[in-house]
Amino acid sequence: MTTATAPLPPRARLVEHPALPGGYAVPDFDAELPPREGDRVIQFREALREAMSEEMRRDPRVFLMGEEVAEYNGAYKVSQGMLDEFGPKRIIDTPISENGFAGLGIAAAMYGLRPIIEFMSWSFSLVAADQILNNAPKMLYMSGGQWGCPVVFRGNNGAGGQLGSTHSWCVEGLYANVPGMKIAIPSNPYDAKGLLKTAILDPDPVFFLESERMLGDKAHVPEEEYYIPFGRARLAREGDACTLVSFGRPVNFCLEAAEALASDGVECDVLDMRTVRPLDVESVVRSLRRTNRVVVVDQSWPFGGVASEVIAQIIEKAFDWLDAPPARVNTDDLPTPYAKNMEAAYLPNPEKIAAAVKRTLR
Amino acid sequence: MSQTSAKTPRAHTKGDRPSDALPDKTLLKWLHDMQLIREFETRTMQAYQQAKIGGFCHIYSGQEACAVGTIAAVEHDDPVILAYRDHGHVLARGMDPKVCMAEMFGRQAGCAKGKGGSMHMFDKPNWLFGGHGIVGAQTPLGAGLAFAARYEWEVLETGKKKVCLCYLGDGAIDQGAFHEALNLASLFGLPVIYVIENNGYSMGTAIHRHTANHDRLTMRGESYGIKSVEIDGFDVLNVYDQFRPLAEECRDLQRPAFVDLKTYRYMGHSMSDPQKYRTKEEVDEWKERDSIAALASHLMRSKDDGGRACLNEDEWKEMQRSIREVVKEAVDFAESAPAPDTEAELYSDVFINPLPQSSPIRDYIHGEKNPLL
Ligand SMILES: Cc1ncc(C[n+]2csc(CCOP(=O)(O)OP(=O)(O)O)c2C)c(N)n1
Ligand SMILES: [Mg+2]
Repeated sequence: MTTATAPLPPRARLVEHPALPGGYAVPDFDAELPPREGDRVIQFREALREAMSEEMRRDPRVFLMGEEVAEYNGAYKVSQGMLDEFGPKRIIDTPISENGFAGLGIAAAMYGLRPIIEFMSWSFSLVAADQILNNAPKMLYMSGGQWGCPVVFRGNNGAGGQLGSTHSWCVEGLYANVPGMKIAIPSNPYDAKGLLKTAILDPDPVFFLESERMLGDKAHVPEEEYYIPFGRARLAREGDACTLVSFGRPVNFCLEAAEALASDGVECDVLDMRTVRPLDVESVVRSLRRTNRVVVVDQSWPFGGVASEVIAQIIEKAFDWLDAPPARVNTDDLPTPYAKNMEAAYLPNPEKIAAAVKRTLR
Repeated sequence: MSQTSAKTPRAHTKGDRPSDALPDKTLLKWLHDMQLIREFETRTMQAYQQAKIGGFCHIYSGQEACAVGTIAAVEHDDPVILAYRDHGHVLARGMDPKVCMAEMFGRQAGCAKGKGGSMHMFDKPNWLFGGHGIVGAQTPLGAGLAFAARYEWEVLETGKKKVCLCYLGDGAIDQGAFHEALNLASLFGLPVIYVIENNGYSMGTAIHRHTANHDRLTMRGESYGIKSVEIDGFDVLNVYDQFRPLAEECRDLQRPAFVDLKTYRYMGHSMSDPQKYRTKEEVDEWKERDSIAALASHLMRSKDDGGRACLNEDEWKEMQRSIREVVKEAVDFAESAPAPDTEAELYSDVFINPLPQSSPIRDYIHGEKNPLL
């Protein structure tokens, strides 16, 4: 195992742990984050790249591995230019062997490196299920605290646009069931940078779920280094009529729905959970105490998924605060269809969300 | 017909073998370790039959020369990763038999504080990255350990050239994960040796019934451009003699290798195997060549007779007796050691950095320090 270390990020402290020689850095999560507003407008994919590049510049243990990440410059141009900056020893193209290179990354992490393993799509992570579900999240436990696994798996998640049922997986519904890893799902470029930087520093396995449909989204992203804590939801919009809870791309649909509802005089809280493991149910409950109504929007299937978990916890923790049954908006309970109109009908959208809010208000 | 016959020729002639240069005490240590494994497994079976050990438990008896001969050929800080039939390797690597036995008894003093069990033996101070219960799942990990060791040497410039040993059974060569691992190892130039402990059976399925081209397994490795050799794994001197130069070559060239290490297991696949798929005669044929008896007799034979003449009958008996004592102590230790405290251990070691609200049930915590750290 390597005992190599790296300089600490700004305002971070080093925490020792026997499973991780060299320890791990914990940023000052109580420090105020830089303003979300500004004129440094970049794409979501650039924010991801910036997060990886900043961490790679500081820490030589970090490397990026995956299909087409190097010479092709990223199947979705997330890693564009990184080969030029970091060279082929740290930006590494792989064959189409998800199970193989996922396992490679896991062992490299056990050894003390900080791998970032890119799945072209999380749909393809299913062939690596044994490695990412059986090995990464269980290694520390099975070894009685001897071997940690500070690996980040990242890639596109969710319907990309008429890709059909094999390519449109939302894996959070499946994977969130497994204890031992953290799952982050950003909804915008600003959070993408701050959450990915936190993921890379974190000493545990992190599944980082992006969306092909958002990679071109643009927003102000601060140039400075910042880290967004896991397990703290962001109140993206305030209202008192109903709480909208979501994560990842559908947060944006919730904001659209809230905008539309506002013109009818219905003001909603919109909570962007940012991570589903951990899951900041405290923030949901806090909001519910004002609104007494909740709609959970989740782009994976409804049966036994994250939305069901959020609602189960709401019922356990805030039953008395509910004035209406909790509602959920998921994708429909069937394989993702190809035809444009059918795919649109299948996915969550602002209209479905607004309708669900209205149902809770009846 | 099953596994290749018990009679496999030695590759070297005496005098020019790497093991010829080793001092007597090294060979005596191998004899000791092989006997320790044999005795340990005998006691493991007893404890299992008394229901003191639970779960699946795979006995290593018969295969001792494989673990001892290969592990002797590498450095202590070369990473090692295993399948679930792992007791022999961890003892050969230096794990305290007490700690190993305590793990199987599900005790706090076990190598994984009772969280791993027989199939999942981890030992960080001995560079053991675990026994792995899913057939073949350790093979991409083996590639990753070699990748990391090479990265440490080449990119971080803090390490040295290493070679990783990744063990698997003949059944595991049929897994897709293994083929992906071979391709990655060759493509990326990863110093990992895939040691196939070919005992002729994947559970109850004889090798000719579970893999194509079963008598030329090395073709698998060769097809990926990997140096591939067959080694008689029933003769510990031969294992060392052939494995040592191979390991050094992999280390120097930073290249993988594939070894078809021919061996045999004496006991059933796991503790619940009635062994209807093989004959007693077949087992006996292998036992006649027993690797421990063969080494002991080599060490006792006169030099004129090609032996080492460094052990006599009494010393060998004494060695066996003291090993019995050590293993008995391990069992006694495991028996009287406390079980893990559920309050402290059930929810610990899930995360290095446990965060609030990770589970709907309760918060994860930090547990007691691992006894090996
Ligand atoms: C993926 C998977 N499938 C099936 C099993 C059940 N199983 C455990 S060991 C084994 C046989 C493996 O034989 P081999 O690789 O030759 O190793 P050996 O037991 O002979 O040491 C089987 C089928 C498993 N553990 N994992
Ligand atoms: Mg076998």
